[in-house]
Amino acid sequence: MTQVNTAKLKASNRQAGRKIGGTVAIFIFLAFLGLFMVFPIYLTIIMSIKPVEELFVFPPKLYVLRPTLDNFSDMFETLHQNRVPFSRYVFNSIFVTATVTICQCVFASMAAFVLAKCKFPGSKLINSIIVIALLYQSNVIYIMQYMVMTKLRMIDTYLALILPSIASPMGLFLMRQSISQIPDSMIEAAKVDGAGLFRICWQIVMPNQKPALMTLIIFAFQAAWNIQTGTVVFQEQYKTLPTVVTQAASSGMARAGVAMAAAVFLLIPPIIVFMAAQKQVIETMAHSGIKE
Amino acid sequence: MAQMNAEENIRKSSGAKHNSLWKSIKQNKACYAMLAPFMIFFIVFTVIPVIMSLPMGFTDFNIAQPPKYVGLSNYTTLFLSDKVFIRSIRVTIVFALFTGPISYILCFLLAWLINELHPKLKTLFTLVFYIPSMANAYTVWQLIFSGDMNGYINSFLINLGIINAPVQWLTDGRYVLGVTIIVQLWISLGAGFLALRAGFQNIDRTMYEAGAIEGIRTRWQELIYIVIPSMGPQLMFAAVMQIVGSFTAGTVAQNLVGFPSTDYKAHTIMTHAYDYGWVRYEMGYASAICMILFVVMFLLNKLISKMLSKYMD
Repeated sequence: MTQVNTAKLKASNRQAGRKIGGTVAIFIFLAFLGLFMVFPIYLTIIMSIKPVEELFVFPPKLYVLRPTLDNFSDMFETLHQNRVPFSRYVFNSIFVTATVTICQCVFASMAAFVLAKCKFPGSKLINSIIVIALLYQSNVIYIMQYMVMTKLRMIDTYLALILPSIASPMGLFLMRQSISQIPDSMIEAAKVDGAGLFRICWQIVMPNQKPALMTLIIFAFQAAWNIQTGTVVFQEQYKTLPTVVTQAASSGMARAGVAMAAAVFLLIPPIIVFMAAQKQVIETMAHSGIKE
Repeated sequence: MAQMNAEENIRKSSGAKHNSLWKSIKQNKACYAMLAPFMIFFIVFTVIPVIMSLPMGFTDFNIAQPPKYVGLSNYTTLFLSDKVFIRSIRVTIVFALFTGPISYILCFLLAWLINELHPKLKTLFTLVFYIPSMANAYTVWQLIFSGDMNGYINSFLINLGIINAPVQWLTDGRYVLGVTIIVQLWISLGAGFLALRAGFQNIDRTMYEAGAIEGIRTRWQELIYIVIPSMGPQLMFAAVMQIVGSFTAGTVAQNLVGFPSTDYKAHTIMTHAYDYGWVRYEMGYASAICMILFVVMFLLNKLISKMLSKYMD
């Protein structure tokens, strides 16, 4: 019995029969598969710091002999030739990403709570429309969206970048699925205590939804950060970082190094947000563990 | 409040329909108020465009001129005389069969295995498996599968003496679909995977303890009797994501093996729609293609949610 207990303690932080050997096996399996997953990312990073003469040697090497930041400075130099200062793109991206992420998370959370936990005329209909909106993919939609934006005189403004991304059916669906797991009794109890729906949502439901909310933040940030100005914004002063960085890097294989530098550069903010949010997700578990 | 709701429901079921519907709308006005911010943007930028696009499949529409009604002719052309479309159905089915279920199982399996590790390792491994869906890695995959000796795979295989001459991974009709499937699988541990990871963190710890007392001894038993039954909503979310991801895939092939791919070997239905929509500007036809795909995904989604809810009960 004591043996089982120590094994339990050693093998992560959980209860039912855990053998340390099993955990090690899991780790080895994940590590192997993980190598396959990160290998292309590793190559991207390596190639972004390779000097030109090392990029096309045979056989291709998996390491750098003389690391350099030439590719990055090349990319930034190209960007500095634009009429608009680089800081303007940075501001655009931060502004668009922050607005979209915050609005998306707040609006989706409230709507998801109501759709998951309240029955009212139309709730069933809206629930099924959300799933249909997720499944219905058509390139004609973009044209219709463009027509709507033209009608609303949004083309060539920040609004064209921000507003269409605010209501994400995927974000709502994610939150709704997760909130539906909260026992009804918890909400009924709050209602008896006289709490309004708004307060129940933000003071009782959402504090219990940290894992789902953090996951939504990751999705929302990632999508918002990658918004390309494409066909809705033509003025240079409203363009976002991904748009101009991709432009600066897209000149075929000869500039593969710069393309890699651009990919690495654009990947940094989403990774930072991902790490911060995942830390919160995992702490949720540790917390409820201490409570016992 | 709850009592009044109940009374309302009783009255509603017993008749007096119009009046009670209005009353129940009024009574739930707090619900509508909380729904409103989302719904306003959702209706303007998703619902209206979707509704506007629905009838396009029955028209001839080239963007420049207003759509012309042509009845069912887009659909009859698709099934009776468009050979590339018939081929794209086959490619899509093969593609979806390989990427959909495998990736769904991987999402769940990996989310579960990661959950067994130390918290520090959890963050690390979640990042490792999710990072492909954050990165834009087509250029690097093109270099890995590059058809000359400089390609990483070619040079590796030549060094080992397995092949003598470089293989044209991205242009040889025998390999393009396989290569596309590998890269798609690599990218596909996305939203579903993260949602499942979050779901694992949400399971009530007392469930595990109760399980241990009732005689659950191994990880497998815990998985079958405790974890899966309490992950229904997340499993459903991941299923929808996988259906959409595997059936509407097209960008991977377009970016990797070129457009159009050799002999249309990696030409999915979505690529076909892209071809007609954005290359030939036959939006009516493209929209008919998308409609067929939507109907298939809708039915599949119904089927999967039935299966899942049967298992959960």
